[in-house]
This record gives sequence, C-alpha cells and structure tokens, in this order.
Amino acid sequence: MTPPLAISITDVSKSFGPVQANRGASLEVPVGEIHALVGENGAGKSTLMRILAGMYAPDGGRVEVNGRDVTGWTTAEAIAAGVGMVHQHFMLVPTLTVAENVVLGREPRRSLAGGLVKVLARGRAVREVAELSRETGLQVAPERRVSELSVGEAQRVEILKTLIRGARVLILDEPTAVLSPLEVEELWRVLRRLRDGGGTIVLITHKLDEVIGISDAITVMRAGRTVERLVTRETTPAAIARAMVGRDVNLALEGGAVLGARDAEGLLRSAQDGPPHREGSAIEANVVAEGPHPTPRSPHPALLSVTDLVVAGPRREREVDGVSFELAPGEILGVAGVEGNGQTELIEAIAGLRRVVAGRIRIGMRDVTALDVRRRADAGLSHIPEDRHARGLVLDYSVADNLILGRQHHFTTGPALDRGRIAAHAAEQVRTFDVRPAEPELPARALSGGNQQKVVIAREMGRDFSVLLAAQPTRGVDVGAIEFIHAQLRAARDAGKAVLLVSAELNEILALADRVAVMYRGRFVAVLPRAQASAEVLGPYMTGATGSEAVA
Amino acid sequence: MSERRAASDEDERERGAGTEQGTPYASGTLPAPSPLPAESPLPRRSTRDARRAFEEGVLPPLVALLVALVAGDFLILAYGQSPGAVYRLLLDGTWGNAYGFGQVLYKATTLVFTGLAVSIGLRGGLFNIGAESQLAAGGFAAAALGLLLPAGAPALLAIPLCVLAAAAAGGAVGAVPGVLKARFGAHEVIVTIMLNFIVLALLNWVVAAKLHVPETLHTPEMPAGAAVPRLSALLPAFHGSAANFTILLALAAAAAAGWYLFRTRRGYELRAVGLQPEAAEYGGVNVPGVWTRAMALSGLLAGLGGINYVLGYKHYYEDGFAGGAGFLGIAVALVGRNHPWGVVLAALFFATLSQGGLAIHALVPKQIVEVLQGIVILAVAVSVPEVRRILRGRRTP
Repeated sequence: MTPPLAISITDVSKSFGPVQANRGASLEVPVGEIHALVGENGAGKSTLMRILAGMYAPDGGRVEVNGRDVTGWTTAEAIAAGVGMVHQHFMLVPTLTVAENVVLGREPRRSLAGGLVKVLARGRAVREVAELSRETGLQVAPERRVSELSVGEAQRVEILKTLIRGARVLILDEPTAVLSPLEVEELWRVLRRLRDGGGTIVLITHKLDEVIGISDAITVMRAGRTVERLVTRETTPAAIARAMVGRDVNLALEGGAVLGARDAEGLLRSAQDGPPHREGSAIEANVVAEGPHPTPRSPHPALLSVTDLVVAGPRREREVDGVSFELAPGEILGVAGVEGNGQTELIEAIAGLRRVVAGRIRIGMRDVTALDVRRRADAGLSHIPEDRHARGLVLDYSVADNLILGRQHHFTTGPALDRGRIAAHAAEQVRTFDVRPAEPELPARALSGGNQQKVVIAREMGRDFSVLLAAQPTRGVDVGAIEFIHAQLRAARDAGKAVLLVSAELNEILALADRVAVMYRGRFVAVLPRAQASAEVLGPYMTGATGSEAVA
Repeated sequence: MSERRAASDEDERERGAGTEQGTPYASGTLPAPSPLPAESPLPRRSTRDARRAFEEGVLPPLVALLVALVAGDFLILAYGQSPGAVYRLLLDGTWGNAYGFGQVLYKATTLVFTGLAVSIGLRGGLFNIGAESQLAAGGFAAAALGLLLPAGAPALLAIPLCVLAAAAAGGAVGAVPGVLKARFGAHEVIVTIMLNFIVLALLNWVVAAKLHVPETLHTPEMPAGAAVPRLSALLPAFHGSAANFTILLALAAAAAAGWYLFRTRRGYELRAVGLQPEAAEYGGVNVPGVWTRAMALSGLLAGLGGINYVLGYKHYYEDGFAGGAGFLGIAVALVGRNHPWGVVLAALFFATLSQGGLAIHALVPKQIVEVLQGIVILAVAVSVPEVRRILRGRRTP
C-alpha cells in the first residue's frame, strides 16, 4: 500500500456570493514535495489554499490531509494537524521581539510568587527560537524587535511561527514578491531543506522562473479549476504559461525576440543549473536572447530632472536622501532595489503626493516642486501608482469614472460633469487598451487585477504626457497583461516619452530599462547603462554590500 | 456592491480567454487596438441593474422595517394589546386623515434637511453628529434676522433673506469641524459633539438673557412678511397642521444634493474622498478642502431645516425647538442609504412613527415608537451585510 498523500483535494468548489472562486478544483501533493500552485490572478489559488488551511469551508468536495478527511476544518484544527500558511501580508506584532512573535499564543511560561502568576519565560522562548532557527537555516536574531527587521527577515519569522507549531505542510502565498534575489535564494535553500526533512510545501506564485527553479511538481489553475498537473522536470515555461492562460504567450521579456520552444528550453536548462547569480542564469538567458538595445540617446534637454531630492517618510527622516538624475526623451530609467529603500517616496514626491524637504523637480523647463498633483499632471506628468487598489482606482467607481480620475476638471461643462464626453472617452479607451469586459459602467472592483491595471494604464497613457512614473506596473497581474503593459511602456519610450520605472522585479527592469539605477537606503548607489547591468552586478548594490558610493 | 456583476464578468473573461488571439505585440509600435472578439451583448442588462439596485439599496431598509414591526408586535402583545389594532391606529392617526398627514409632512420636512446634512457628510467620509446644533443655529439666525426686518418687509425680500441667514449660520457652525479637521486633523465626531453643547448653550444664553419674550424661552414674533404660508392656505383639509411650503424647499434641497453628489465635479471628488481618500489625493483632489466644503455644506443643509419651524410654524425661535431632529437625521441618512431620495422616504417613515406615537398613546405607551425607531436603526446597521449574505447563500449553486 502506498503511503497516503500529504494533501489530497478532490473536486472542491467555493463561491463568494455570485463569484465562484473554485469550481471542482483538485490537488494532490505527496509527502516531501515542493509543489507550485500557479495561475493567473483570480484563478482561485489563494482560495483553494485557504480552504486547505481551514480559513474557509468549501461548498463542495473533499479535503484530505495525510489520508484523513478534514473537509471544513478550522484554522486551529489545521494548525494542530501540522498545516500552516504564510500569508502575503505578514501578521506580526511590530513592537515585540522576534522570539516573542514566534511563540505568541503558545508561550513557554514560568511561575512566580508560588504559582500565583505565570509570566513569559523569555529566556526559554529565545532558546527555543534560536534552536529552531539553527535547525532550519532560517536565520533570525531572536531578541530583535520585529519593527527593525527587513521584509525578508520578517518573512523568516512568519515561517518560524508556523514551524514552531509543528507544521509539516507549509503553504506560502507569493513569498518572493518582496524579497531581493539573495533573499529568494536563501528562502529556496530553506524550503529544500524542509522538504528533504520530510516536509511538504505548497508555493503559490505566478513567476515562471521560480516555478521552474524550485518546484518538484506543478498544478496549474485557471478560472477556479485545476487544469493541469505537471512534473517540473518534464515541462517548459512555455507549456506552463500556455496552461495558465489557455493560449500561447509571448514569453520574451524584451521586444523583438519571441521566445520559441527552443529558447524556453534554454531558459529551463539554465534555470536548473542553479540560482540566477551563478553562471547561465535564467535572467541572463533572456538578456542573451534579445540582442542590442535601441540606444537613440540624443542630446535633447531632459524631460524630467530631479536635483538633490530629500523626502521624509514614516520610518526615516530622509527616506529619499539626496537623489539627483535626469531623464531624456525616449529613455526608460529603471530603479532597482529591495522594496522599502525609498522608491515609493521618490515616486510620490515627484508626483506631488509627498512633501519635499529639499531639492528641485523639473518637468521639461518648468520647476514643478511647488505645484500640486493636478498642476503637475497638467504639466505633462503621468503616474501609474504602485498600489492600484488604494491609489490607482476608486474601486466602487465605474470604469468610465475611473478613466477620468485626476483629469475630472477637463470633463466638465460649468460645475457639472459632462457625462456624454466621459462615456465617449471611456468607450474609446476601453477599446484601445482592450479592457475586458468592455463595459465602462462596471465598477472597477468587478474587473480582474490585470484589467484593473489596464484601466490605470489607459488613463495615464491614453493622453498627452511627457513623463511617466511607472511604479510596479505589472505587480499582481497575469502573464498576458504583463506582455501588454511592457509593450505599452516600450511604445511610450519609442514615442519620445521619458519613463521612470520602479520595479521589485529585477527581470522587468533588465528587460525594459535603458539605464538602471539601484536605490538603497534612500540613495542611488549605482547608475549603470543597461549593457553593464546584470543580476550579478546589481545584486550587491541592492543589498548594500558595496557601501554607498555612487557609481557613475 | 459589485459581487453580482463580478460573476457575469468572470463568465465574460472566460469566454474572452477562449477566443483571444495569441498576437505578440511588435516592439516599437503602439499596440494596435486589438479587435475584440465579438462579445455577445449581456442579456437583460437593465433588468439585472434594476435587480441589483433593489437588492442592495432598497431591500435592506425594508427588511429592517419588517424586523422592527415584528419586534413591535411582541412589545404590543406584552402590553396586552392586539398588534393589528395598534398598527391600524398608528396608520389612521398619520396617513389616515388630513391633519395627521399634515403633521407627518411637517415633521418629515425637518428630517429631510437633517438627513441630507448627515448623508452629504457620510458621502465625503465624515460623520456629522452636529446637525442638532446646526439646525438650531439656522433657526436662530432666521428668527434673529426676521427681528431686524422692518414690520412691513415684503415676503419676496424677507423670506429669501431669512433662508440665507439660516443657511449661512448652519454652514458656519458646520464649517468649524471641517476646518479643524483640515488644519489640525481634529476628528469631526468629537468636534461636532462638543459643538452641540457649545452652540446650544450659547443660543440658550442669548435667548434667555437678551431676546426672550418675558415668561417664555422664545424670541419675539417676526414680521408677517417673513412667514412661509401653511399648506392649508392652498388645501384647507390640512387645517390645523403645521405643514407648510418649506417642504418644497426640502424637496428642492434633495434634488440639489442629488445633482451635486452625482452630477458635478465637486460631487465626484467628494464621493471619491469618502470612498478612498488616497485615490482621491492621487487624482489631484484637495482632500482637506473637500472636508471643509463637505462639512460646511452639511451644516448649511441642517441650518435650512430651521426654516420649517421658525418661518413655517411658530414665527419665532424657541429654545430647544430642534428637539432631537438633528440626531434623528443620522438615522434618516442611514435608513435612506445616503441617497437623497432615500432620505426623503426615510424622513417620511420616521415622521410617521413620531406622529403615530401620539395616536397610539391610548392603547400603549407612545415610547413604543421610540423603541421601534431604535430597532429600525439597529436593523439597518446590521442588515446591510446580513441581507447580502442571505442573498449570496440563496444563489450559491
């Protein structure tokens, strides 16, 4: 008799009101496997895993863990049975130490005053956490405050929290979104070690290079269903992408070169060779495939110039600490760096959303440092914000109303909004930018992530502008939309616009940028022409390993 | 808000995905407007919209009403009376005769103003608890200005001036918390609550110390020209009720509020601030400016409510005339789902309850209607998500 599967999900469905998140989804993961659960946004990956972790009860179907029927169990039961989930958004108490966070809820205690009072046995907690940290290779300093940790460290704390409760099945929801390449590598090492110790890991992701690099097997979800189960060794990125989207996808990260099957296999091979910053990495494979960049850098005056910019932020007084650069027409400047090093503050200061402590911002010849958001927009500034749910869209407004956000004062007759023009504008933008469904009266909330982002892009790029701030333009959107958005950004560059691109995805920066700046602790620690930039070169700058001298 | 639509969108997306072309975008050109697959127009779009509007906008208050009525049944039974008889009496005393109906209209008029006031604030993300004192300030300003007018002032001059005074006073009291929030981040709930005490005490002092008619707590009567005619002047059946033509001003205010919120740029910006202040800020909206404007408008609407009593009914300001109508405006706004016409309906409902309380006093204590009011408010607060969950459960395949 074969040993029972660690996870066996059969024909599970779950709907939230009229939205059917899962419809007959099935998943089988044997013990000791790293399993990637991939799919476009809204394919139902997170829902399925939350059902497994006991957060939701399924409407139908069966969930088994280690051969036991656990359908509809609670999170407490799941934790007791060794199933733990690490969420995209960390759930840590910032004012407590690492050790206190890890043991929270099951603290070792000791008695005081003859058993009248029990208090946290801090020393024991620290020892327990240090021991687990050593066993698993998850390096943390147990006595540091969580508020002082980097995102990567915080994630390690989250994983430790799960493991200390005895998790043998670990679910990670898009764990690499906020990590630097080095931190990703370290996470992979830890996961492999856990697997080799008999742990089972399910990884939710939609990054194909991760899937190829770390997983043993893959389950692809589409529209709530599990459509394919693949063995990683026997498949290709192209095949995975096809299963995700349901059609062929242009995998090339740089325009011009379409990755065919051969290139995709090359990508796969090189990825299997090792982590991205050894020789022949996945990223490099793409770069090699693409050929030289068009470099029509001309001595035009800069469209955007930023001089000695200093911006205060919530964590640091100088979140942006003296940044200067110029953006020429027809240029994409990519800002790489681990998130939280001032990129958000830099973009928001240029957009007029954050007060500038010192420095100048010019659009063309015009000093806009003292102008408000609206006047900067009217001066030719477009802005794709990093968080479309908080900033980029009013989710309860219709697509048509969202398409005028920031330009509402141009769609008026007297004090009233010109509904006719708004509708005509929306119909045109929805068609040009292929927003689906093409119904401008739908609330933005009803659209998929990729289509929501297309609405933002349509609004910011479907008008006259000279400078575009693009912050994480493809975050959380699916492969098809990424392809579309990248094409738009290149088209803007080729049309002579200046683009400032901030992305946590190094691949994206390397694929699009003409120059690459690395931001670390509020400074540009390196600014390199694209030809000199690679993951190997940029990595040390991103982690601050090179000190803080600027490189020209 | 959007779940129902999301379902059909998902279907759409799925259909779309199947027919999509795998066209790689050439670099160096703007992606051509890709021809969309011929999407079948959604069937019965308008029916769907109407149904959604009903389920999300109308059903929750109706369910709340039903819950309150059932709870009322038990209360009435506890007093040994027949619920049927009591409810019949309540209806007879309100909508069943012209006088009762006139009183309902009179009470509803004030509630329309305070309800609109609270809902404008809520649309902008602000909770105005100060409608009570804004209402009082509006009434006082109208009465005080009336006293300054010469005895023979024509109605065409006197009434608009008094209306302006009421609006200005209410707006000024409302603007204070708006400015304090915009400038110093002071929370409007705290400021409006405190201002209620300050303004009402101040008015009480002015009237008691300077302006009252001896032996009373009200100001002297205004000149006749400043009086808004009663409805009974046109429809004699209303004789004796306080219903007056201020009700037209209330309906105009509801229409204006609807136009402002949903048809103007300022309204677009105000609602955006209420829904997602960060997105509004990104969209170039001056968020603190919207706070100030929304609170001033809110106070202005509440202040106009003072016209109903001062110009339409008593022709003087009397201490305590607001009598809770400002606070009840919060309930009116909630039950009316912050929509101007919903506010009008909710105002009629609460006015009916309040007037009906007097009618049923013979059988049960009139305080029973206050209990009913409380239950309606609680039920509305709860029912919005509740009703939706029930609906979801029903539609799950």
